[in-house]
Amino acid sequence: MHAVVAIKQVPDTSNVRINPETGTLIREGVPAIVNPYDAHAVELAVRLKEKFGGKVTVLTMGPPKAAEALVECVEQGADRGILITDRKFAAADTLATSYVLARAIEALHAEEPVDLLLFGKQAIDGDTAQVGPGVATRLEVPLITYAVAVESFDPQARTAVVHRKTERGIEVLQTRLPALLTVEKEIAAIGRAPLPNLIRAAQYTPETWTASQPVAFDPARIGIKGSPTIVGKAYTPPPKKAGGTLSVAELGVQSVVFQALARIESAGVLQN
Amino acid sequence: MADPKRLWVLIEQEDGRPHPVSWELLGAAGRLAADLPDSVVEGVLLGHQVGHIPAQAFRYGARRVYVIDDPVLAYYRNAPYAFGISALVKKYKPEIFLVGATTLGRDLGSAIATRVSTGLTADCTELAIDPEKKILAATRPTFGGNLMATILCKTQRPQMATVRPRVLPMPQPAAAADGEVVPEPLGMTEAEVGVQLLRVIPNVGENVNIEYADVIVAGGRGIGGPEGFRLLEELAGLLGGVVGASRAVVDAGWISAAHQIGQTGKTVRPKLYIAAGISGAIQHRVGVSGSDFILAINTDPKAPIFQVADLGIVGDVYEVVPELIRQVKATRPNGGAHA
Repeated sequence: MHAVVAIKQVPDTSNVRINPETGTLIREGVPAIVNPYDAHAVELAVRLKEKFGGKVTVLTMGPPKAAEALVECVEQGADRGILITDRKFAAADTLATSYVLARAIEALHAEEPVDLLLFGKQAIDGDTAQVGPGVATRLEVPLITYAVAVESFDPQARTAVVHRKTERGIEVLQTRLPALLTVEKEIAAIGRAPLPNLIRAAQYTPETWTASQPVAFDPARIGIKGSPTIVGKAYTPPPKKAGGTLSVAELGVQSVVFQALARIESAGVLQN
Repeated sequence: MADPKRLWVLIEQEDGRPHPVSWELLGAAGRLAADLPDSVVEGVLLGHQVGHIPAQAFRYGARRVYVIDDPVLAYYRNAPYAFGISALVKKYKPEIFLVGATTLGRDLGSAIATRVSTGLTADCTELAIDPEKKILAATRPTFGGNLMATILCKTQRPQMATVRPRVLPMPQPAAAADGEVVPEPLGMTEAEVGVQLLRVIPNVGENVNIEYADVIVAGGRGIGGPEGFRLLEELAGLLGGVVGASRAVVDAGWISAAHQIGQTGKTVRPKLYIAAGISGAIQHRVGVSGSDFILAINTDPKAPIFQVADLGIVGDVYEVVPELIRQVKATRPNGGAHA
């Protein structure tokens, strides 16, 4: 069984702050982490490897620093890490990103056939949820987004049964393999990395692929050239004007609630 | 005469029931059309036995609905839906294509954009026509809601965007409206689809329709524990509303994720939003900013929720909410929100 997991190194957005004077993001000192959903995708791949044997390859496109994220995946049990990095990839939107990852996966598939492609359901910095579906479309493999469980997996029969979370409930879907899943955190709980993995990761250096080696990416389809969308402007959301507060300590709870209900009443938001 | 600029909206449906986000998007397309000369609002509908839906789309402003009705489309799967719609896009060359940022729309939108090689802006909170360039200016929150970015798609067409349910207002439907139904073939067979639905495990227990509730009483860490929701349920019941929650308390397991409001939960647009013991991180505030009236209750006068509240009460939830219940019972025996 060969599983390929595509991951992204992201700033921990729960720690992102805004410079109140300039209105810009303060990126310094914000820790870089493996996108949380991607870490669960890696965990699923490692569990399947433990059961069926085989190999887990982890792939990322990003700056040189993203090699750290691949090493973390090796700690989790991945066998091989590939960093696709080149200045030419800079400013890629989701269309250009899915092109690069799809071409890279094709190259990996040619070396060693791929049974399963795994992505996190979305990255916490961009939140687009577009790259996984884009790669599945390019590779013409079945896509199951928002996967929460793998009920059965049969690499010989080339079929799997996957649970997908939707608004109405859980869809139980049978898919042929290879397929691409984008996963929720429920897909596999992350355990503590075993010592041999930690030792291996400590000495592991991910492979580096560039825009021309070993895969020659089409220069017109990568980076800013290959990206139809551009950011026109970016700004911090303007604060809404606050309506003021009433203090229970100062006015007493009866009076405060009475005034609040009067305000709600005059706003006309409740039925009489 | 040149073809008009087509502003397309995906009319999302499941089991023959249209998703209301489709009407919200038709309303938005109508506003964009007003700023874009020679444009026309049209719908795209895929499914099986969905012939009753176009008439509703006309009432919300679609002039024409392209329909692919085929047994392969009886339930949603990415491949046949993306295949069918991409063929329509290539044939009719719409200028703009809006899709709901639902589970279905997020799965489908990217596949279409990839097939037709265009840009897609996810989870927009604001759509406008750039007055000079006459192109779509799609604004979305990024970095967990900490930053707003306006995205443009200068050369590729259509300019695609997804919008979450309830981010845009629901338009008033016309009493009656005519339009044209354009049937189209799918051109894909069941044997070509790699995924089959075996069964559906329905959501267990409560089915909360929090996105479309008129009154929401939501709880955060300040309610102290899961039992605090009983008090909020009582108040919500008196006001004809439902109970919501912050991410923190859903993560803590105090209430199910179906109640979660904010960036990683639902966007809501109630007439009245009561935030009880919710400090109001940016990720939560972006999910409630469409509310008509926000009442926040928190012991901390510096809580960020007060920045977006129409009225704040600095006080303890366990003092304020019981008093709210008492006074609402006394004055509004048949309380509830406007229909």
